[in-house]
Amino acid sequence: MKIPQLIGIVVIAVAIGIIISTTGNASTYVNFSAAEAMMKSGDDDKVHVVGHLKKENGQAFMMYNPVIDPNRFEFVLVDLENRPCNVVYRDAKPQDFEKSEQVVVIGTMKGNNVFEASEILMKCPSKYEEKKVDAAMR
Amino acid sequence: MKSGDIGHLAVLVAFAFSLLSTIGFFIHTLYNPNEAFKKNENSWLSFARITYWVHTLGVFVIVGSLYFIIHQNQFEYHYAWSHSSSELPWYYKLSCFWEGQEGSFLLWICWHALLGIVLIRVNEFWEAPVMAVFMLVQTILISMIIGVEIPWIELKFGSSPFILLKDYLGDIPIYAKNPTWIPEDGTGLNPLLQNYWMVIHPPTLFLGFALTVVPFAYAVAGLWKSKLAEWVRPALPWSIAAAMVLGVGILMGGYWAYETLNFGGYWNWDPVENAVFVPWLVLVASLHAMISYKNSSVALHASFIAVLAMYFLIWYSTFLTRSGILGESSVHSFTDLGLSNQLGLGLILLGAVVIGLLVLRWKKIPSEDIESMSVFSREFWIFMGILVLSMSAFQVIFSTSIPVYNSFFKLVGFDFKMAPPPSQEVFYSNWQIWFGIGIATLSALGQFFWWKKMDPAKLWKALSIPLLLSVLVCSILLLLGILGWIEIRLDKFSYILLLLCSLFSIFANASIFFQVVKNNYRLTGGALAHMGVALMLIGILYSSGYSNVVSKNIFGLKFSENMSEQENSENILLYRNEPVGMDEFQLIYKGPRLEPLERSELIAKDDVIEMERPDMVLARTSIRLGGELAYRPGDSIRIHPENRYYEIQYTKSKGDTFALFPRIQQNKEMGTVASPDIKRFWSRDLYSHLSIVPLDESEKDWSPTKEYKVKQGDTVILNDYISVLEKLERIDQIPGIPLEETDISVKASVRVLGKNREYWLHPVFVIRTSQENIIGTLPDTEDELGLRVSLLNIDPVKEEFTLGVNTSQKDFVVMKVIEKPLVNLLWLGTLLLVLGFVMAMIRRYQEFKKMRDKKQEIQTTIA
Repeated sequence: MKIPQLIGIVVIAVAIGIIISTTGNASTYVNFSAAEAMMKSGDDDKVHVVGHLKKENGQAFMMYNPVIDPNRFEFVLVDLENRPCNVVYRDAKPQDFEKSEQVVVIGTMKGNNVFEASEILMKCPSKYEEKKVDAAMR
Repeated sequence: MKSGDIGHLAVLVAFAFSLLSTIGFFIHTLYNPNEAFKKNENSWLSFARITYWVHTLGVFVIVGSLYFIIHQNQFEYHYAWSHSSSELPWYYKLSCFWEGQEGSFLLWICWHALLGIVLIRVNEFWEAPVMAVFMLVQTILISMIIGVEIPWIELKFGSSPFILLKDYLGDIPIYAKNPTWIPEDGTGLNPLLQNYWMVIHPPTLFLGFALTVVPFAYAVAGLWKSKLAEWVRPALPWSIAAAMVLGVGILMGGYWAYETLNFGGYWNWDPVENAVFVPWLVLVASLHAMISYKNSSVALHASFIAVLAMYFLIWYSTFLTRSGILGESSVHSFTDLGLSNQLGLGLILLGAVVIGLLVLRWKKIPSEDIESMSVFSREFWIFMGILVLSMSAFQVIFSTSIPVYNSFFKLVGFDFKMAPPPSQEVFYSNWQIWFGIGIATLSALGQFFWWKKMDPAKLWKALSIPLLLSVLVCSILLLLGILGWIEIRLDKFSYILLLLCSLFSIFANASIFFQVVKNNYRLTGGALAHMGVALMLIGILYSSGYSNVVSKNIFGLKFSENMSEQENSENILLYRNEPVGMDEFQLIYKGPRLEPLERSELIAKDDVIEMERPDMVLARTSIRLGGELAYRPGDSIRIHPENRYYEIQYTKSKGDTFALFPRIQQNKEMGTVASPDIKRFWSRDLYSHLSIVPLDESEKDWSPTKEYKVKQGDTVILNDYISVLEKLERIDQIPGIPLEETDISVKASVRVLGKNREYWLHPVFVIRTSQENIIGTLPDTEDELGLRVSLLNIDPVKEEFTLGVNTSQKDFVVMKVIEKPLVNLLWLGTLLLVLGFVMAMIRRYQEFKKMRDKKQEIQTTIA
C-alpha cells in the first residue's frame, strides 16, 4: 500500500474513533424514574437530570453542615416530571445554591430515591446566568 | 441631540457606507480590465475608499457615543444600566463597554475598521478584491448591532446598544407614575469581570478575531480573481499575526479564569473556550500549509481548505457563544439576544459561498503530485502536522457541538436528549494528549528536513544528539521520581511519551536555533515558536496531569462505609486560630480581612466597628500597617464594601511562613463569588479558595441570652471557657457613638481563657441621664470563640453586675487547596511562542513588501 492511501485510512479511522467515542461517552438528559430504571438494570453511566430545588414557604430542602462534614451536601431536587429525589453531592455546597432557578445534576442513582451527583450546574436568576460547580476538577 | 441618537445614527451611517464601500470595491474588481497598478485612476475605487472612510468615521462615533453613555452614567440607556454603575473607575467602565454582546460586536467592528486602513495602504493589486470581501463581512457585523425592525414581516435585524431603558423594560408601573424615571444607578459590572485581565483580554481576543478575516479575504479574492497561488504570500504575515494575537487572547482568558474563578484551573474544556480554541488550531494548521506552499509549491489545496474552514469556524464559534444554543452546558456564554436566526443564516450563507467558490475553482488549483511526496521531505512532515492539528480540532468541535445536534433534531421534530460527556476534562484530555504527542514529535522532525529530500544518514546525524538528550533527561526524571527524590512520579504511558516527545522537540528545535541564529537570526521564529509549544505541553502535562488537591483526606477517616472513594473530602474546615496539618504545611485561619480604599494592605475585621454604611468602618483600636500607625481609634476608614479576604497562614515544617488571602465578593446583583489566592513557587503554584462563604455576624444564630450576676473579680464559665470580670471603668468616648456630656458610660473588661491564649471582651453600658436614664448596652463579640458578652445592668448598691451571654458557632472557613506543579512552564512557553510568532511575522511581511515594491505583488516565483 502506498503512503498517501495509508495516511488516508489512518485519518478516517481516527475520525471514526472520535465520532464513536463522543457518542459513546455522551451522557443523556433523563428524569429520576429513568435514572432509577438504569440503576436497576445495572447501567452505571452518568446521566444529566434537570430540575429545581424543592422549596416550601421559602424554606429550601437542603442540608449542609460543614462542622460535621464540609464535603457532604444534600438536597431535594424536583425533576421536570415533578418527582422529588434526594441528591447527595460530596463536595461543599455551591455558592448561592438556594437562589438557583434551575439545577442540572450529573451522576447516577445510587439507591432508594438517592441520586449521587458528581457535578452540579445551576442557572441563577442573576445576570451572570450560569454558574458551574465542578467536582470533577482535580 | 442625545448621545444615544447620535450613536444610533452613526450605526445606520456606518452600515450604509460599509455596504456602499463593499459595492464600490466589488464593482472595481469586476470591471477593472487592466489589473495593473494604476489604481488611482479608477473612479469606483475612489468611491469605495471615500465611503470606507465615512464608514470608519461612523464606527468611531458609535464607539465614542457608547463609551460616553457609560462614562457619563446615563442610566436612561439600557446598556449603561445593565452593564455599569456609577462608582466604577474608568478602566472597569471599559470592561462594561464589552461586557455585553453588542459592545463586544462593536469591539470586533472597530478592529476591522482599523485593519481596513492598513489593508488599503499596503496592497496594490489586492486592495479591491480583498477589501470587497472584507467589507462584506464588516457589513454583516454591523448589521448585528443595527437594531432595525421591519414591521410588516416582524423581522428584527441586530440588537442596538443604544436602546432606552424605558423601551427595554416596557410598560412597568413606575413609568405610569413617573414617565421620566431614570434609575439612580446601574446594576453594575459582574464582579468576576472586575479584573485587569478583563480589561485587556476581550480587546486582544477580538483583535485576533478581526485579524482572521484577512487571510480569509485573500483566499476568497484569490479564488475569485483566479490568482490561485498568488494570494499566499501577502496573506501569510496576517495569518501569523492572527495566530499570535488569538492565541494570546485565549491564554489571557485562561489566566484570568485561573486567577479569578474557583474552578481550579486555567482550562476547563468549557464549550465557550473550545469554540475559540478550535479555529485557532485550524488557523495554525493553515499557516503551516501556506508556509509549505511558499517553500515548495505543495499543499495549496490544503491551504485553501484550512483558511476557509478556519474562518467558517470563527463564525461557528460566534454562533455557538451568542445564539444561546449552548444553554446550560456552558458557564460563560452570552444569552440569546434574538440574533440566533441572523447568525445561523449568516453561517449557512458563508458556508455555501465558500464551498461554492472552492468547488468552482478546485480543478484549476495547481497541485503537485501527492504520490511523489517523499517521506524524507519536509513537506511530508508538515502535512502530517496539519493533519494532526485538524484531527485535534475535529475531536474538540465534534463533542462541543452536542447541544447543536439536539437543537437540530428538535427542528425536525425529533427529541434527541444527548448531553455532553460527564467529566469533560478527562474525556477531552484522553484524546488530546495523543494529538499533543503528535504535535511535539512533528514540530521537531519537520524542522530537520531543510531540503526537499534528505538522505537517512544525514538525518540520523542531525537527529541523534537531540534524541539521545531527550531520552536521557526523560529517564533521569523518571528515575528520580521512582527513587522519590522528586515529588512527581510519572505513572502513565501517555504522560511519559508526551514528556519524551516534548523534550525531543525542545532539544531538536534548540539545535536548529543555534545553527540558524549564527547566520540569520530573522529565520529563528519557527524554532522559537516550536520550543514554546513544547514547553507549554510539558507545563500542561505537569500542572493539569498532576494537579493535586492537597486539602484532601487530612482527617483520615471515612464518614460512611459505602462512600465512593476519592471524591469525598477535598475541602477542609479550619476553625479560627486552630492549626491543622495539611501535606507539608500547617494551616491557621487567622480571621477575616477588609480592604481599605486608600491603602494596599488589608486590615483585620476585628480591629474595626462596622457601620450602617457598607463602605465605611471605624477603627476600634490603633491599626498599624506597614510598620506605621495608619488609623487611630475612632478614625473612619473607607473600604471596598463587596470584598472580604480571609487570611490563611501557611507554615512549612522548616518554619517558612507565608499567608494567602482568598477572597469572597458579595454583589447584590450577581451574588457571591469566591476567588482564589495563589502562592507562586518556581516549581509550582499553591492555589487556595474558600468553598463556602463564612456566615456574617448578622446571619449567625445566637443562643438565647443567659444572665450572670457577678462582682468585680468573680470567675464564671462562659460557653465552656473560664472567664473573669477583671475591671470596670468610666469612659467618656466610644468610637462611633456620639455621647452627651451627662451620659454615664461604663466599660467592663472580661478576660476569657481560651484554648491557646486569652481574650479580652469589653462590653459597654450607657445611662443617658438627660432622657430619664435610658439604658444602652453595647455588646462585644469574639467570633473566634463564638461568644458575645453584654453588660446588662449595674446594681450600685450591691456592687453587682449583670452579664448577658450569647453563644454561637465558632468562626471557621471551609476551603480547598490545589497544587499545580510547573505551571510556570506553560506561561514561559507562551512567551516563547509569541516571540517566535513575532519574528516569523516580520520576516514574512518583509518578503511580501520586497515583492510588492518590485511591482511583483502577484508574481508566484519564490522569493
